[in-house]
Amino acid sequence: MSTTLFIVQTLNGLQLGVLLFLIAAGLTLVFGVMDFINLAHGVQYMLGAYLAVTFYGLTGNFGYALVLALIAALLIGLLVEVLVFRHLYERDHLDQVLATFGVILFVNEGVKIVWGAAPRNLPIPDFFSGSLRLIDGLNYPIWRLCIIASGLLVAAGLWFVVTKTRIGMRIRAGATNAAMVSALGVDVRRLFTVVFGFGAMLAGFAGVMVAPILSVEPGMGDSVLILAFVVIVIGGIGSIRGAFLGALLVGLVDTLGRSFATDLFRLFLDTSAARQVGPAVASMLIYLLMALVLLLKPAGLFPAKGR
Amino acid sequence: MTEPKSSARADRFAITLPLALFIVLALMPLLAHYLPGERYVIGLFARVMIFAIAAISLDLILGYGGLVSFGHAAFLGLGAYAVGITAAHGITDVTVVLPVALAAAALFALATGAIAMRTRGVYFIMITLAFGQMAYYTATSLSQYGGDDGLRLAARSTVLGLPVLADSRGFYFAVLAALVVVYLLCRMIVASRFGRVLRAARENPVRTETMGYNVHAFRLTAYVISGCICAIAGFLLANQNSFVSPAYMSWQRSGELIVMVILGGMGSLHGAVLGSLVYLLLEELLSGFTEHWKVIFGPLLVLVVLFARGGLMGLFGGGRRG
Amino acid sequence: MAEPILRLESLRKNFGGLRVTDDVSLEIQPGEVHAIIGPNGAGKTTLLNEISGLVPVDAGHIRFEGTDITGTPAHHRARLGIARSFQITSIIPGFSVQENVTLAVQARSGSSFRFLWPAASERRLEEAAEDALEQVGLSVRARQPAGTLSHGEKRSLELAITLALQPKLLLLDEPMAGTGRGEGERLIETLRTLKGRFTFLLVEHDMRAVFALADRITVLVYGRVIAAGTPDEIRANAEVRNAYLGEEAA
Repeated sequence: MSTTLFIVQTLNGLQLGVLLFLIAAGLTLVFGVMDFINLAHGVQYMLGAYLAVTFYGLTGNFGYALVLALIAALLIGLLVEVLVFRHLYERDHLDQVLATFGVILFVNEGVKIVWGAAPRNLPIPDFFSGSLRLIDGLNYPIWRLCIIASGLLVAAGLWFVVTKTRIGMRIRAGATNAAMVSALGVDVRRLFTVVFGFGAMLAGFAGVMVAPILSVEPGMGDSVLILAFVVIVIGGIGSIRGAFLGALLVGLVDTLGRSFATDLFRLFLDTSAARQVGPAVASMLIYLLMALVLLLKPAGLFPAKGR
Repeated sequence: MTEPKSSARADRFAITLPLALFIVLALMPLLAHYLPGERYVIGLFARVMIFAIAAISLDLILGYGGLVSFGHAAFLGLGAYAVGITAAHGITDVTVVLPVALAAAALFALATGAIAMRTRGVYFIMITLAFGQMAYYTATSLSQYGGDDGLRLAARSTVLGLPVLADSRGFYFAVLAALVVVYLLCRMIVASRFGRVLRAARENPVRTETMGYNVHAFRLTAYVISGCICAIAGFLLANQNSFVSPAYMSWQRSGELIVMVILGGMGSLHGAVLGSLVYLLLEELLSGFTEHWKVIFGPLLVLVVLFARGGLMGLFGGGRRG
Repeated sequence: MAEPILRLESLRKNFGGLRVTDDVSLEIQPGEVHAIIGPNGAGKTTLLNEISGLVPVDAGHIRFEGTDITGTPAHHRARLGIARSFQITSIIPGFSVQENVTLAVQARSGSSFRFLWPAASERRLEEAAEDALEQVGLSVRARQPAGTLSHGEKRSLELAITLALQPKLLLLDEPMAGTGRGEGERLIETLRTLKGRFTFLLVEHDMRAVFALADRITVLVYGRVIAAGTPDEIRANAEVRNAYLGEEAA
């Protein structure tokens, strides 16, 4: 296990973490404020990626593609909110799971129809392509550093909005006690829409940023969605801070775990056994982590709701 | 002191609907004889019944117990892998394989249930999902039993040495028998003292606890029973396909089970049978029209949730919703 | 003097930085009706939660019939004979009125880990339930879904449930809350007839009920016991008048 590999994987872990944060932030807010389980959040991420592919195809410019994709993602998100989700806030979680499951089926199949089932790609913008030499012998792709940087910027921006602005205060209050907020005269409907739209944009943004380095294909949101749920459960539902720390934790544990689990097991087991057990345990690590957290803190690390 | 009307209707449905369903299912092989693709139809309905068994097991804890398990497909997988793994070691008789499947399911349910039930609400959903995923990844890592690609079975399980299940009709009726037995068993459980406590705990766990009932113990027991029944479905599924794969345990599969239960109308048991029938037949029908049938199915699901509260049983006025 | 049926020894409980139960000690004799009064936020419901086992205490001991039950889980305490009603009526809304009570009777009639025999066919359970409903005057509503009852009727149902549990100690959390004039009077009468058969620990704001029923009263303010004694002693206590009774004192 070389130091270089370790550093690279740590950076990869941060990158995954930051990505997960962008997705989990919207998810945890929607859950915290509206008590709405949105399984369809993953397709929001996927749509961001597909929209970026299309707009890049139309404009040839990543920057334009980014902005257009974000706007389109926001509009689609708001459309689905008005058509479907709005009617589900009062319903129990089971109904929400079911309905959003239906939305996933629809969108996953829909992108196959519109874009075809074959994976799509987006080239990395020229300015950010290539690698940066961090230390001797360690080159790291600039785009991935971009993702990390943009994710941290968004996190900082979110922190500012949530803690220093009026709307942020309303969101935090809503996450703690939505009924109370409504009773205090805040237009909860508008608040919900704002929260939802914002979350959709964040997820879409993550999709756009990831499009140059991952293949864009139907169902790409599903595995990410599960990870995002694990993140918000670990971090505590309704808490942005929890989503941030949870996401970094999950990103690092998953990435480092996958890289080094087999090596770790080779310390106790013979090579072939290690090669069997290693990857299996690596895939399970974050779930074990979640189970452990829930065992010790049943409401996550930083639950928004008091008590 | 008149009985509320819907309750009388519900009682009538509680008997006539399942009876009708079972009669139709029993006659299906005969009907299939007159249809093109007889073996295919028999196979399709056998599959419907297998998933009906799984859905009933989920309805027991979801509809009656209020526990939303998003990892129930793990039990399907446990039952299936019991068949696969024992077969790989030369053991194929149901008298050995089925108890192994049940034991595996019971142990898994005890271990995961004990932890999961310390949580509630969405956390319970998430942790059952996590356990389901763990089972899935464990299965993919079992390279000597097929790993990711799965394991082919040479033949179906024998019953006391006899290849009763080898013939498609024989298999069909074995599955039907299993479904009827499971249905009746769950009916009895729900109506028993145990069922009464479980149902009460679903609506008001604190009140039930302060009456002197150890709600945790009741729920865990229900979870174990449910897991074992679902493992029976897994056993049958492996036999039907002569194939075992980690895909049986995917979270999407767990989601489908929940859909079947809710679609049919949870908390009725026959709703679960109806739900699995409608879900699988609809899937079959729609995929005949277009490979993109999910584009139609997805919105259909959304419409059911928005407008057909209580699922299909709710439409008939025969379900419990609440 | 006989062994007290309930003894609280220096109970303490903090919620975050807030001391909700502050060194509370009290004793209740068998057959007594003991009332706990005090302003809102005094920690009265929390105290009941601690006694019934829904909330663990940070320090101190709870002894029931001499046995230390401080660490015993709630359902076990119920089996030992501690029954309670809740400030916000807690029943099973989807069950019929009668089935609510039958469930309680069932809890005292052997194991409920019975899976195959239909529970509805157990005549003995139903008879006991019918008796309890008779006692609280709810027989006419026996078959209705419990969720459709009026507020006062739900309170009576809760009382029927607690009676069916054959308790030794009944913890009643503001049984009078929300009842109208007539219902309130009836409830006081019902409780009066039950006096002596059970021991009652009553948390109540309605002074009419307190002074009509209580043998002894404990006054709780900010989690602390500021006075304890007979109704007359409490009425005369200056500190209590200041903190709570004010002009209300009958």
